[in-house]
Amino acid sequence: MNNIFKIIYLIIFIITGTIQVNSAEKIDYLKTDWSFKSLFGKFDRASLQRGYQVYKEVCASCHSMKYVSFRNLSEPGGPEFTEEQVKAIAASYEVNDGPNSEGEMFLRPAKLSDKFVMPYENVKAAQAANGGAYPPDMSVLAKARSGGVDYIYSLLLGYEDAPSDVKLDDGVYYNKFMYGNKIKMAEPITDDLIEYGDGTPATKEQMAKDVTTFLMWAAEPHLESRHKMGFKAILYLIILTVLVYFSMKKIWSRIESEV
Amino acid sequence: MSDKKPERREFLFTASYAVGAVGVGAVVWPLIDQMNPDASVKALASTEVDVSTMEPGKTITVLWRGKPVFIKRRTSEEIAEARAVKMEDLKDPQKDEDRAKNPEWLVMVGVCTHLGCVPLNDKGDYNGWFCPCHGSHYDTSGRIRKGPAPTNMEIPKYEFVNSNTIKIG
Amino acid sequence: MSDHEYTPKSKFGKWFNDRLPLLSLASHLTDYPTPKNLNYWWTFGGILTFCLITQIVTGLTLAMHYIAHADMAFESVEHIMRDVNYGWLIRYIHANGASMFFLAVYIHIFRSLFYGSYKSPREIIWILGIIIYLLMMAAAFMGYVLPWGQMSFWGATVITNLFSAIPLVGEGIVNWLWGGYSVDNPTLTRFFTLHYLIPFLILGLVVLHIWALHVPGNNNPVGIDIKKPSKDTVPFHPYIVIKDGFALLMFMIVFAFFVFYTPNILGHADNYIEANPLVTPAHIVPEWYLLPFYAILRSVPDKLLGVIAMLSAILILAALPWLDTSKIRSAVFRPLYKQFYWILVADVLILGYVGAMPAEGLYLLIARVATGYYFIHFLVVLPILGFKEKTMPLPLSITEPVLGGSPMASAVKKKESLN
Repeated sequence: MNNIFKIIYLIIFIITGTIQVNSAEKIDYLKTDWSFKSLFGKFDRASLQRGYQVYKEVCASCHSMKYVSFRNLSEPGGPEFTEEQVKAIAASYEVNDGPNSEGEMFLRPAKLSDKFVMPYENVKAAQAANGGAYPPDMSVLAKARSGGVDYIYSLLLGYEDAPSDVKLDDGVYYNKFMYGNKIKMAEPITDDLIEYGDGTPATKEQMAKDVTTFLMWAAEPHLESRHKMGFKAILYLIILTVLVYFSMKKIWSRIESEV
Repeated sequence: MSDKKPERREFLFTASYAVGAVGVGAVVWPLIDQMNPDASVKALASTEVDVSTMEPGKTITVLWRGKPVFIKRRTSEEIAEARAVKMEDLKDPQKDEDRAKNPEWLVMVGVCTHLGCVPLNDKGDYNGWFCPCHGSHYDTSGRIRKGPAPTNMEIPKYEFVNSNTIKIG
Repeated sequence: MSDHEYTPKSKFGKWFNDRLPLLSLASHLTDYPTPKNLNYWWTFGGILTFCLITQIVTGLTLAMHYIAHADMAFESVEHIMRDVNYGWLIRYIHANGASMFFLAVYIHIFRSLFYGSYKSPREIIWILGIIIYLLMMAAAFMGYVLPWGQMSFWGATVITNLFSAIPLVGEGIVNWLWGGYSVDNPTLTRFFTLHYLIPFLILGLVVLHIWALHVPGNNNPVGIDIKKPSKDTVPFHPYIVIKDGFALLMFMIVFAFFVFYTPNILGHADNYIEANPLVTPAHIVPEWYLLPFYAILRSVPDKLLGVIAMLSAILILAALPWLDTSKIRSAVFRPLYKQFYWILVADVLILGYVGAMPAEGLYLLIARVATGYYFIHFLVVLPILGFKEKTMPLPLSITEPVLGGSPMASAVKKKESLN
């Protein structure tokens, strides 16, 4: 038994070491409590729905979300809009389809099975419209930045006037959490920029938290079922481990008594 | 003491095996289920077809869920022929009224129920469809009349969105 | 290999076994006499078999959905994560499975180093193991390229460029590897093919590895030769099977924790950004299990010599059975070697740490010292130690130290002396 503890210590040592090394650059991000971070963590539905509203009314004019489909909005574990609501949301967008029987492409209202409509045709068009900087696709953004949701939340609230020794070009802004502190996105959210459907006061912090929650869901739509399944799997493994441990003791007791 | 021991041992081993077997089953299922149609495939449920330009007697074939769907605008003779068939002559008895809600329009999955080939239009002994693979004959209502196919061609879920447009699925 | 002749009981069994001795093989495997004093460090062979099979099975299922094309690879991985039934689970098992595989293989290798399992007559087992390890690194590296994220792309660029260090033909070899003038679609499709192939090569080598093991039998913590079968051995089934099973379950709990609760922590955030040949990420870091070799590569200021140093660091292990001149296997009876062993462990961990840090200033200095020591350990310390070290007396049988500390020991000794 002594050995198995040694092995476990070693594994934990290597793992924590790796994690430390991976997050070597320690940055003090702004803190907020995320409902989805604990072992049983779930998304806050209302926050997801508000987050979608922020995405739709603020971010979506520049940032695509090309791997997310309208149908996802009504699927379990997500914002869980009703199917009727999502159909209405989808129908408010137009997508290119075709060719029809005359061989021509045509526009039609989006359906549940369609992906979110991109604000620009392609990366080059997005760059041209944004002073050369490509507004990154947001589908997996929450997983594509070290620091994850904390980083995104902090970035949204990290706009400041530049210190006097920093010179900013036109169309470049100062953000204390951006790598190098210079960012080409103007401060996207301000107090009361939008009006929430559910009457929640739209403070900067609230909007940042809601939209970041939404981005986390978009990046990891199965997070809730992952947490649920993980609990069952580990509980199961512990029970089986205990059973096998006692079986092992039984079996080995034959040998030890023979000696 | 000693006669009680084997009993506990047995229980312990049986429990370990049983719990282990449950775990193996739980692990195997995701590996099997991953081959089932995925969420994006299931979502592609419906296709809309514009039929405003179709003349009576004409058939078009559209793709729905990767399969051909025949849409036929039947002539009055074809409708009469389909409705006149006696149920006892049919291998898979089904009234034409049940197959074509609007008698002028027959919408069905164009896949032979024998082994999945696509039957040819306006062929065969019953003025309907004929499957070239193994010689199944279908009538003007898409019902099996002769040959190895066991059932009539399938009617998908569809509806008229308006008088010009059929939505399949 | 056959310690005893096996005859099936049933008539059909006998008929079948005469034509294909599968039942004899099964009987050999279940009865295989194993030293009974094996500790939990010896359970990692079974754990590694589990890891290999897990990777093959999840890999096969992922391959049913993955598209090996530069324009679609990233999207197809997102499709697996979002739409395929349990796709997220299978991919996270596969991705974290690679890390768990390496974790287990490192423990397995360092167990062998501590107990001298590589020494005569087990050199072939050891060399087969080194080849398996090399293939594992190749498979892991190519697998990491497949999602076609930023780290995939730039990792592939950096690693394939190592070959450009070869004089004269380097450039040609790199273009040949790429199938073009940069890492692109042809590179991706061939990496996918090889990533699919290598695990089956590993599987074959694992069979040879186990076959070679079953000729002399297992080494053991005491490191002395034992008679088989004897009082010192137990049949593989059920004794070792249940012990390996218990250890495997403990390992699976750790594994499951990663898969379900922190599935991305061992990966790199940049790999969720689609590959972009115009922009290099700020820090290029390989996966954690390659870091020590990465540190050795960077610690040498010359391109060609750096590559040679890195390759030598692995290949030197193949010569280990002859570099270690000591006749005593287990470090338990080699007080000096035991200390050098732990220094080596620390050295490798330090190399791993500096491999993740920027190659500048103090880190570079540490990396150079640690790289130097790594080679000194194998090329200088081990050969000399075999001649100079005063080893402790070996016990006559493994029962002695196993029960040495327990209250039963004296009773056992009495019993033995009575016999």
